[in-house]
Amino acid sequence: MDFTSNFIVQLINGIALGSTYALIALGYTMVYGIIMLINFAHGEIYMVGAFVGLALVTVFKVHIIIAFLGAMLFCMLMAVSIEIIAYRPLRRSKRLAALISAIGISIILSNLVNLLVGPKPQTFPPIEEILFEIKSYDLIAGAQINTLQILLIVVSAILMIGLQYIVKRTKVGKAMRATSQDYDTAALMGINVNRIISYTFAIGSALAGAGGVLVGIYFGVVKYNMGMLPGMKAFTAAVLGGIGSIPGAMFGGIILGVIEMMTVAIGLSSYRDAIAFGILILVLLIKPTGLFGKQIFKKV
Amino acid sequence: MTLLNGLLPPYIESIAITVGIYIIMALGLNLITGVTGQLSLGHAAYMSIGAYASAIVSLQLGMPFIFALLAGGIAAGIFGLIIGYPTLRLTGDYLAIATLGFGEIVKSLLFNMPIVGGAMGLAGIPYKSTLTVTFILVVIVIWMMLRVERSRFGRALLAIREDDIAAECYGINTSLYKVKMFVLGTFIAGIGGALWAHKIMVLQPRDFGFMKSIEILNMVVLGGLGSIPGTVLGAIVLTSIPEVLRFSSDYRMLLYGALLVIMMRFRPNGLLGGVDVTKLVKKSIKSITGSNFTNKEKKKVKGGD
Repeated sequence: MDFTSNFIVQLINGIALGSTYALIALGYTMVYGIIMLINFAHGEIYMVGAFVGLALVTVFKVHIIIAFLGAMLFCMLMAVSIEIIAYRPLRRSKRLAALISAIGISIILSNLVNLLVGPKPQTFPPIEEILFEIKSYDLIAGAQINTLQILLIVVSAILMIGLQYIVKRTKVGKAMRATSQDYDTAALMGINVNRIISYTFAIGSALAGAGGVLVGIYFGVVKYNMGMLPGMKAFTAAVLGGIGSIPGAMFGGIILGVIEMMTVAIGLSSYRDAIAFGILILVLLIKPTGLFGKQIFKKV
Repeated sequence: MTLLNGLLPPYIESIAITVGIYIIMALGLNLITGVTGQLSLGHAAYMSIGAYASAIVSLQLGMPFIFALLAGGIAAGIFGLIIGYPTLRLTGDYLAIATLGFGEIVKSLLFNMPIVGGAMGLAGIPYKSTLTVTFILVVIVIWMMLRVERSRFGRALLAIREDDIAAECYGINTSLYKVKMFVLGTFIAGIGGALWAHKIMVLQPRDFGFMKSIEILNMVVLGGLGSIPGTVLGAIVLTSIPEVLRFSSDYRMLLYGALLVIMMRFRPNGLLGGVDVTKLVKKSIKSITGSNFTNKEKKKVKGGD
């Protein structure tokens, strides 16, 4: 395999991995944009989504598409209840209190799943059995892309376009944007901010749940602690793109995924995390608001 | 120097030393996050730098423990300067994410450096962190923190936390103070790490991950941000809780998580947040003599973020 084809293969792998980061990053960025909370439980919601998808496919024997939608719905309901129980009472107190609450929720979720299914990785049924045969297609210079990668990228893209539509075109989306601009003024304009925040959690978590199932199908295994590192990477991606910005989270995720796979390609795979976070710090130093972030002016 | 050693049963003594080490580390983070309001999510990284540096001084150079301690503190402080100088210009959550990234980088590098044992870890560190040594260091650090709190430096840091722009207008060089504060906080973390290394005797990079930073942050927030007695209490409570909950082995971490959520729900400012212990005593005395001190206190408690 020559250099170009290797480059293209890793680029595709990177985009596939990056789309899952992007799906998780969107939830981080939306929640942060609206209530300025780093929702540390978000990575665990992604993990729960993967497990719900797995349970629906293996235990309840439903079709994978229904399992996919079921996982999204489950994550939605779970995140909304978490928000009501753990974050809403803390909305007027210090931001760190909500952060610690989120960390508590994250510890609870990962340990709960550990207790329920055990610490061993669980395998997803092979894709041939539940959806379709994997085929590979030739691209330029001998590089190949397979149906699984196409599926991952296409489904992520559809979800992101759907999100863009909700945020830009619907009434709820308009209310979301208003609330993220100014919480108090939005409330004064007659927006039910509590409901809008619930919607934000619901949509963000549905995306994370979808990401969980996609990753389960793509890599074939799910584990109780799989949410931690991708969660952190996704948050990094959100910051990289400019936190609070939805296109930023998408591009941040994909850029991070591509960088990671390129690091693996040049033989530094054991340093992949160090390089990903190193780039993050560099971006923060050069452009603290991220690639797509708006400059924030502080009024005195 | 062996005054306290052996007074307690070995198991209790071991927990007491751990509590002491966490008090030191939490006080370092309290200076950064509690007093100055700069959220750091990479405190374990400085702890690991201190631990490895002191272990190397002990193992390779065979120097006395006091030098190992200082080496740990200084190494962590130097990294604090290198990271703090550029990143403290970032406000709020960007600093949090930069420190988080730094923590992961340090862990990843330790994993891949054969000189410090890589993933296998660094073993054979002599046992030096006795209860006496830990106790003395805890007292010194608490005394130091109290001195800082009541100095011009400490008041400047508080001003930065409350409103950095207003602080700047009053002629406080905020960047300089923040960097100084960060170096001091990371120096203390390094000392804590050095103690840790000479207690557990084996260092593994995975012990210094993100969750360790979070554990320390929990202590500071749970105890009450910026409150020294609160931080000490938070460190004691959160270090002993996993031990107390040992009977429920499987559900231990579950209960720990639930406890964090419940504590924040009912005391979002921490156990001793907004409670000034020394002033509380003075207040109760003054309220008997009938001054209007109480109103002023209430205002201070209310002023949140």
